[in-house]
Amino acid sequence: MTDRLPGFSTLAVHAGAQPDPTTGARVTPIYQTTSFVFNDADHAASLFGLQAFGNIYTRIGNPTTAVLEERVAALEGGTAALAVASGHAAQVVVLQQLLMPGDEFIAARKLYGGSINQFTHAFKSFGWNVAWADPDDIGSFERAVTPRTKAIFIESIANPAGSITDIEAIAEVARNAGVPLIVDNTLATPYLIRPIDHGADIVVHSLTKFLGGHGNSLGGIIVDGGTFDWSKGNKYPMLNEPRPEYHGIRIQETFGNFAFAIACRVLGLRDLGPAISPFNAFMILTGIETLPLRMQKHCENAKAVAEFLAGHSAVASVNYAGLASDRYNKLARKYAPKGAGAVFTFSLRGGYDAGVNLVSNLKLFSHLANVGDTRSLVIHPASTTHSQLDDAAKVKSGAAPDVVRLSIGIEDKEDLIADLEQALTA
Amino acid sequence: MNHDSYDDNYIRGILNGVKSIAMVGASPVNVRPSYFAFKYLAQRGYDMIPVNPGHVGKSLLGKPFVASLSDIGRPVDMIDIFRNSSHIMPVVDEALTLSPLPKVIWMQLGARDDAAAERAEAAGLKVVMNRCPKIEYGRLSSEISWMGVNSRTLSSKRAPIPTQGMRLSLNRTSVGGGATTASDRAAKNRSEPT
Ligand SMILES: Cc1ncc(COP(=O)(O)O)c(C=O)c1O
Repeated sequence: MTDRLPGFSTLAVHAGAQPDPTTGARVTPIYQTTSFVFNDADHAASLFGLQAFGNIYTRIGNPTTAVLEERVAALEGGTAALAVASGHAAQVVVLQQLLMPGDEFIAARKLYGGSINQFTHAFKSFGWNVAWADPDDIGSFERAVTPRTKAIFIESIANPAGSITDIEAIAEVARNAGVPLIVDNTLATPYLIRPIDHGADIVVHSLTKFLGGHGNSLGGIIVDGGTFDWSKGNKYPMLNEPRPEYHGIRIQETFGNFAFAIACRVLGLRDLGPAISPFNAFMILTGIETLPLRMQKHCENAKAVAEFLAGHSAVASVNYAGLASDRYNKLARKYAPKGAGAVFTFSLRGGYDAGVNLVSNLKLFSHLANVGDTRSLVIHPASTTHSQLDDAAKVKSGAAPDVVRLSIGIEDKEDLIADLEQALTA
Repeated sequence: MNHDSYDDNYIRGILNGVKSIAMVGASPVNVRPSYFAFKYLAQRGYDMIPVNPGHVGKSLLGKPFVASLSDIGRPVDMIDIFRNSSHIMPVVDEALTLSPLPKVIWMQLGARDDAAAERAEAAGLKVVMNRCPKIEYGRLSSEISWMGVNSRTLSSKRAPIPTQGMRLSLNRTSVGGGATTASDRAAKNRSEPT
């Protein structure tokens, strides 16, 4: 067969979307409705019993959201996806399918501070226990495996310091342990890194960041790699045992290589309820159409800003994996050859006070708790996103008190550098 | 013939070409995968024949069960086998005694018997293993996209209004991905002993 296969940018614009059947609308409409009429009683029963493809109620699925799901699944090279209300919701729904009370999962210590909180506190009350491992020491993952380990969770490019994780090495640990590897690919996006190609089984995103890309809508998504055999070892009752909530259906047996995404939808989202609004799905879909263009500009600007900061006398150090001198540069060249992302940290010779001053002197950068916006953003993690951690955990997660985090936007890089220059010398 | 991953054109050719499908191991229990697939394929216009010796005398969605392939008594294009891998060979052997021969042997998701496949292929039949025809039809028509599934197809044509009982076009542009690193890894993981 010599059929030409569409490339990434074509998928970013087209995957999952098709002109609307009734109106011919070319852009995916916003199906702002809670519910969908059934053709007849048999159709309703078939939909509720998962026997037919179609729409019931927007908490379970929605046609606008479905386009977003297929698009991200296509970009990540997965078999299916499920969009939810936020990145955090995606994490809850994923782990609910994998862990029973008393079970454990291993998580990289370098994570978004909110995820560290969620795993440490909220999940503890569900009886899900997290074991922390150091992504710079693969052996620490191996040593953390126990008979109750059900999953491993890492970030591809870790928030806040933009460090790069050796996905393939950790995938090997997961494979040997017989558990799926979950990768939070929020900061890389599939444009820079496709974790499934490197051995991940499940990918999650906060769509709120670069995928949506414009800082206007919260969302999260779960992508099923279709790579994990849930029947092996009988460890995953949500996927492999007859489900009483569906009259005894076995999800893996019925849905094959997209069973995990279906379990997340019909056992997770249906019952926990964190549905994304169709309007947000529409905004994020529109954002994704320009993902390749935006990521190129984000990365180009980030590299220029990092180089400027590295050469500035007020700056003690810059952590950006795109710099040749960075300790993660080798991993960046392997996993993210198109660019090391646009979120990174640096520390100031003047310590905590200089960090606080810098943030208040900046005129173009916005001081706020988000990343992955068209606008350039700045924050002091130790007093905000990572403030609930103790000092030792702050340092371990890359958010020491003298550290400032930037998320570089798609403005003109000269303007960003000029703003930093004036704020550093003010 | 590589049975780890199939080109979309191969599957498309089969689903566009066959009209009658005998489903061996069809179950009248409405939460079994065979029931799902039987009902869907019937709704999409295939002439479905349920084969299950345990249910002769009953019918499935109005179609009477027959005990075995040789009891069908008329030509059939495709045999869809809903049995474990270890029960495939006798069904294929029986299929190869039919006259005229069926055109396709399809083994359901989870079922694979390479020796049986070889035998059927030697007799000129096409073989698909470890796939579900409902899922493949839903994927190639993109109807399965309602569930957030990656259809691995694109189209810039206006979609048909999905109504019940309608035959859908399967001729969308394939995005590929049938043979990705991930799918190869999945196939390898599954073929390793537990
Ligand atoms: C890497 C990463 N994962 C997850 C999240 C949580 O996403 P959300 O805010 O959409 O719940 C964030 C948010 O900052 C993040 O940066």
